[in-house]
Amino acid sequence: MVENTSLKATPLINKHKSLGAKLAPFGGWLMPIQYSGIIEEHNWTRHSAGLFDICHMGEFEVEVSIDKSNLHNLVTVNLKDMPKGACRYGFMLNEDGGIIDDLVVYRIAQSKWMIVVNAATTNSDEEHLRKHLDSGTRLKNISGLLGKLDLQGPESKKVIDELTGANVVLEYYNFGYYTLLGEKVIISRTGYTGELGYELYMPNEKISQLWDKILMDKRVKPIGLGARDTLRLEMGYSLYGQDIDRKTSPLEAGLGSFINWDKDFTGKSALLKQKESGLGRRVICFIAGSRRSPRHNYRISYKGKDIGAVTSGSFSPSLGVGIGMGYVEDEISMGEEIILTENAVSIPAKVVKKPFYKDGSVKYKEIKNACAG
Amino acid sequence: MLVPDNLLFTKDHEWAKIEGDNATIGITDFAQSSLGDITFIDLPKIGLVFKQFGLCATVESVKAASDVYSPLSGEVIKVNEELAIHPELVNKSAYESGWFAVVKITDLKEKDNLMDAKKYREYAEGLSK
Repeated sequence: MVENTSLKATPLINKHKSLGAKLAPFGGWLMPIQYSGIIEEHNWTRHSAGLFDICHMGEFEVEVSIDKSNLHNLVTVNLKDMPKGACRYGFMLNEDGGIIDDLVVYRIAQSKWMIVVNAATTNSDEEHLRKHLDSGTRLKNISGLLGKLDLQGPESKKVIDELTGANVVLEYYNFGYYTLLGEKVIISRTGYTGELGYELYMPNEKISQLWDKILMDKRVKPIGLGARDTLRLEMGYSLYGQDIDRKTSPLEAGLGSFINWDKDFTGKSALLKQKESGLGRRVICFIAGSRRSPRHNYRISYKGKDIGAVTSGSFSPSLGVGIGMGYVEDEISMGEEIILTENAVSIPAKVVKKPFYKDGSVKYKEIKNACAG
Repeated sequence: MLVPDNLLFTKDHEWAKIEGDNATIGITDFAQSSLGDITFIDLPKIGLVFKQFGLCATVESVKAASDVYSPLSGEVIKVNEELAIHPELVNKSAYESGWFAVVKITDLKEKDNLMDAKKYREYAEGLSK
């Protein structure tokens, strides 16, 4: 096994090694790509529950009274009307409307926030925030102190209930505090798989213990980043650095519904201009006509004309065919036939609406006031 | 790592089983294990002629697409149609039901360019260190 010493490792690296994981670099970290196999892990998450080491992701703690801070303007999320215990997905944009990062903001207290960001962008995000936040704002990068595990799959609620000894009732994109291993920790009903699931934030010192404890449950198996990628792609979720970046706006990425237009934010005028003058490029999702997978950078052609490139592509374990997403210059309707090409490879595909996989348990509704009888 | 004694191997992890004028070809257990779940195989058409170490097939796993080279020069006389529907056979049985094709050998002397099981085992073990 080749090990690069410049790569960072999560506190769970030895756990992954002893589980026989294949390790590879991702976002500057040496991460488990697979344990038993990507397809098996993918299917296990869709039908039972999977545990993911997500300790590489970044977390910032921000303390400020939101009425007096420009934090509100640095993200597209409306922080002011967020109740305590809610988390929201959104973006940090540059002046051109390009995505500096996609993130989830948690309202911890009236004047306290946790921002969860991508691993590879953690340092540049911190720089951006420090540069633009006004002086009264307290920002702490807690990425090195806080570990994160994702538990995802239709069985995950039963697992989490037994783990906490509580009935964990959380609406989608809400969080609560629960006691695990003697620590009061945040558990949020969020994820990146399209399944009912939770993200658990635990201090690094106890993350190994938590990992072991969750894996003792036979409904749970460890899942690598390989299956994390196929699971998210089947939902049409974007991956930062691959499908979205500083040169791509949320509108181009088909993520306009995560923009709150009632407020001001950096990049808003650029987005309004895009809305007015039309998009130069836009995301499309497509299904291949066979098991052959489109891959990153394959060209997209429509009626003989080259119109763009694939950003993400893979075999879909749930659908048994190739799927992908990419960006095109021309507007193109659902159901249109396109060809994905690279050298001698030519894959016929059809433009479709996301998500590719429609049977995920992510929409699971908590029943709060069940009526008797 | 499975390395059957009766086969010959390339450094790109293909195998050949020579029987008379013909050779059955495929990829090794080491190759399937490095690739992970195989999801699609672009097999050669019957009648195509390959040079030794010429591109003869493409294997796709969930993560990547990889080229497969013919261990010997020859003409394709049979392909494993089963792999079109069940490419995972290569993961399950790289040397038996996961065979790719049978070629009619052009020049048997070319087998001197291939490794025997002992050499290949040493070679592959060196790579996995």
